[in-house]
Amino acid sequence: MFHYAKGALALSAALLTTTAAVAQDKRIVRYNADFDPAPLAAMEQVIADFEAANPEIEIQLNNFDHEGYKTAIRNFLTADAPDLANWYAGNRMAPFVTSGQFMDVSDVWEENGLEESLGSALASMTIDDKQWGVPYTYYQWGIYMNEDAYEAAGVEVPGVEDITWEEFVANCEAFEAAGIDCLTTGTKALWPGAGIFDYLNLRTNGYDFHMDLTSGEVPWTDERVRAVFDEWAKVQPYVTKNHAALEWQDAAALLVQGKAANYVMGNFAVAVFKEGGMTEENLGFMRFPEIATDIPRAEEAPTDTVHIPTAAQNPDDAKAFLAYLATAEAQNTINAAMGQLPINKDATVPDDPFLKAGFETLSTAEGGIAQFFDRDAPAEMAKMGMEGFQEFMVKPENLDRILDRLEKARTRIYQ
Amino acid sequence: MTRAALPAASAEMPPRSRWRTHQRRLAPWLFLAPGLAMFAVYVVSPIFQSMWISLYDWDGLGEKVWIGAANYAELMDDDAFYTSLWNNVLWLVLYMLSVPAGLMMAIFLNQTIRGMRLYKSMFFFPFVISQVVVGLIFSWFYAPDFGLLYQLIEWLTGTGVAILADDRYVTYGIIAAGLWPQIAYVMILYLTGLNNVATDQIEAARLDGAKGWRMLWHVVLPQLRPATFIAVVVTVIGALRSFDLVSVMTDGGPYGSSRVLSFYMYEQALSEYGYRMGYGAAIAVVLFAIMMIFISGFIWKMWRDERER
Repeated sequence: MFHYAKGALALSAALLTTTAAVAQDKRIVRYNADFDPAPLAAMEQVIADFEAANPEIEIQLNNFDHEGYKTAIRNFLTADAPDLANWYAGNRMAPFVTSGQFMDVSDVWEENGLEESLGSALASMTIDDKQWGVPYTYYQWGIYMNEDAYEAAGVEVPGVEDITWEEFVANCEAFEAAGIDCLTTGTKALWPGAGIFDYLNLRTNGYDFHMDLTSGEVPWTDERVRAVFDEWAKVQPYVTKNHAALEWQDAAALLVQGKAANYVMGNFAVAVFKEGGMTEENLGFMRFPEIATDIPRAEEAPTDTVHIPTAAQNPDDAKAFLAYLATAEAQNTINAAMGQLPINKDATVPDDPFLKAGFETLSTAEGGIAQFFDRDAPAEMAKMGMEGFQEFMVKPENLDRILDRLEKARTRIYQ
Repeated sequence: MTRAALPAASAEMPPRSRWRTHQRRLAPWLFLAPGLAMFAVYVVSPIFQSMWISLYDWDGLGEKVWIGAANYAELMDDDAFYTSLWNNVLWLVLYMLSVPAGLMMAIFLNQTIRGMRLYKSMFFFPFVISQVVVGLIFSWFYAPDFGLLYQLIEWLTGTGVAILADDRYVTYGIIAAGLWPQIAYVMILYLTGLNNVATDQIEAARLDGAKGWRMLWHVVLPQLRPATFIAVVVTVIGALRSFDLVSVMTDGGPYGSSRVLSFYMYEQALSEYGYRMGYGAAIAVVLFAIMMIFISGFIWKMWRDERER
């Protein structure tokens, strides 16, 4: 008994000294994130690689649930700031930048030549000519289609960029005759409808106008905005009825079952389509068709980013990690696991036909890359706008009321 | 000499301290103090804080900007606010159906049959499960394509109606879901009340030839007044703070047509797209004012009843 006690004492003393030694050796970087399981494993791999190259730094990853994170970040940035935090590019980071919660990391960009290697995301990471974080992944939006449904309706399956908007609308009539929803969506959570609006606006008025609209410089009652809704009205009758009661996954099920032919979605939906039993044989991808012929093609690709809070304890090591996260090597690791596109131009695109098509689509989008309506527009405007889109898709006759309401919101929100 | 005598005298009759003289008046307050302190810190002061915040423009992070009554002026011109207010009125009125419905079920279940306890607990079941579960069950019940109600309507009329996607029906659909557990709650209140109904009065009424509705209205119901009072109070409060079902079933949609004030307040102040603390607080103050009408009514009635005793 006595011996045991003595042994335990010695053991715990030994443990104490070793942990103390470790704590002295390693500089801690605390990282708050909101990864799903697969990307979490990949990020842990990236962290392990970084720690192997920098043995004096230890990164402590604290993973949150997605939805909870959006609320939690507001608390922990002020109350208990980590050294690194996940967030999103574009206007979504603006509140934290303007309230001084995110640190300016332009020096990381400059020292590592990121303006060159992460060039496609430079605009969406820049506010006031400074960069406020490092992007590590993005993914394309577009139209995913069930080729079996095309066959059932006797419509020729279009290629990635074969058909125009007129042809798309004409196809819708054929689908209706075959009892198939030409376009499906599930707007219970509102945002899927915004994808349709974004593309219609990008194709009708172009990237610059879309940015002007989302940053509040154009009235919603403008004729050019009405033109977008005129185009939308052409497909509105062919959109899945009751979409307001459907989650986006419910609508994905309609596509999988062949009850719907097309779905304007982000590439993350491919996993859901494949789980539902679709294969590369019958799942197709096309760019959103061209509407106005004279404007450069712009695309939508939401970008995920990592930032350093202003109140970080260890910003120097955090910057070292950001520099590593920007490398092609790190971006390869994480994007292979996420099934998304790396931003570093020297990184390799995962071997997947949809990602290859997406990479091709985004890298040739000379018009520009939009983030997504709820990231380009301020949160409040995004919510009002997406509600308006949903209402329009249910009751297009309410358009005037919707636009007046959005215009009233615009004059208040952007004052 | 006289000096030496003084301490002895005071030892004999200790000074009547303030404590002793006021003991009977102070003691209740001392016992109440912990509760009152909690109530002041966690209930009363937040009410005034909300009123104070409602006069600012504040995103919860940055600087507060004093804007006076501008939030209220904006509320007066906000369609979404009127939609929420109207839905709250609908909730209040239709939720009251749970009082007569609960009474009917209580009377129906107030029998002595083998296994009655089992039936009672089964009828009480909807109140035991979480509102979130109730919301989910009803969303599936209403769901387009595979929902039972949707298929029933489709079978009867040829075209299905997606209740939760239609701004005309959505609030009624959610209230129906809310009534299910609320009726069970009211039922249990009445069941306990029915236990205390005096049997001699029932027998006397029966001798006088009272039956059916007359018996219920003139003999049973007056004895159930305390239960009715509580049932109305919990139903009014339940209707005004309806939030879970709206959040689970529709998230306020389609396009905001099923919002109620409490949900709108949450959306504006605390949701992903909101963070307008001032505006949210202004909505909360309006909701508080509406609740205050009922609460004062209840307090006034209770006070009057106490005095009559």
